[in-house]
Amino acid sequence: MATPIDPMHQFMIQKIVELPPVIVPGLGAIDLSITNSIAAMLLAATLIIVFYALAGKGAVIPGRLQTTGELLYGLVDGLTSSIIGHDGKKYLPFVFTLFAFVLFCNLQGMLFGWTGNFTGFTATSQLAVTLTLGMLVILTVIAVGFAKNGIKFFKLFAPSGVPWPLYFLLVPIEIISFLIRPITLALRLFGNMLGGHVVLKIFATFVAILLAMAPAYWVVGLLSLTSVVALTALEFMVAFLQAFVFAVLTCVYLNDVVHLDSH
Amino acid sequence: MDASAAKFIGAGLAMLGMVGAGIGLGIMFGNYFQGALRNPTAAAQERPMLFLGMALTEALGIFALVIAFLILFSK
Repeated sequence: MATPIDPMHQFMIQKIVELPPVIVPGLGAIDLSITNSIAAMLLAATLIIVFYALAGKGAVIPGRLQTTGELLYGLVDGLTSSIIGHDGKKYLPFVFTLFAFVLFCNLQGMLFGWTGNFTGFTATSQLAVTLTLGMLVILTVIAVGFAKNGIKFFKLFAPSGVPWPLYFLLVPIEIISFLIRPITLALRLFGNMLGGHVVLKIFATFVAILLAMAPAYWVVGLLSLTSVVALTALEFMVAFLQAFVFAVLTCVYLNDVVHLDSH
Repeated sequence: MDASAAKFIGAGLAMLGMVGAGIGLGIMFGNYFQGALRNPTAAAQERPMLFLGMALTEALGIFALVIAFLILFSK
């Protein structure tokens, strides 16, 4: 890269704890070392547990922490019941777990980014992580679809009320659009987090370069600094919004198979 | 032309796909506000669909970003 500070360096996977590779029959040696990505995800999961242990006190007059926890929970609760409907409560634990994990991974990368070690690593900026989450969603959708509808699950690919010649065109399109869902889910989250963090780094580097030059450039540097602050605020919004969108899309995909009859 | 220079130009050209995502987002939010200001009481219940549309539109722009990265970091 042309810039003196590589904006892609923050996404490097580094091993923290070296572990011996595990031999899995049929797959070969698998490296299970603790990397900064795994450590960041463990930290995010720990933060969720600590946050909800502190927020879930159930006081009659909620404090700040409890209000925040209830807001997040109520948001996802509203989503599942408004999109999936009456059956939505059943899927709330799954959707809320995904939402909380994505949200805490995103926010952790924003909040602790200054530390420069694994605590500031954004796990959701790794395609491997987001693709795993996407596969998790689509496999759950398929499993729920088969459990609820049995073999009628395949009606999902053949919408009713269509003249039959159209099926030759419609069924392949429906199958492709179904199979591409985990990929779009993964790429959206990955692209947003990666893009946002690269932009932040590049703008911050620009300010640092300007401040290192003659004092005449400092005015421009300080002006750019305000835009970096604004971008950081925007990135916090994106971090929340992407977790929200992930939850909304999970609900929409679940709704497709839960209410297959009205499809 | 130097191969790495061609790579940078190609990555830049691939990002032109973002133009479509930008136009789409503009149309979508514009129409949402048009509807929301005409009938503010119906605005709140359509907001999840707005974010859904935003996510779907944005994903297409992100595809362009991914292609740009593929060009930029391919060996």
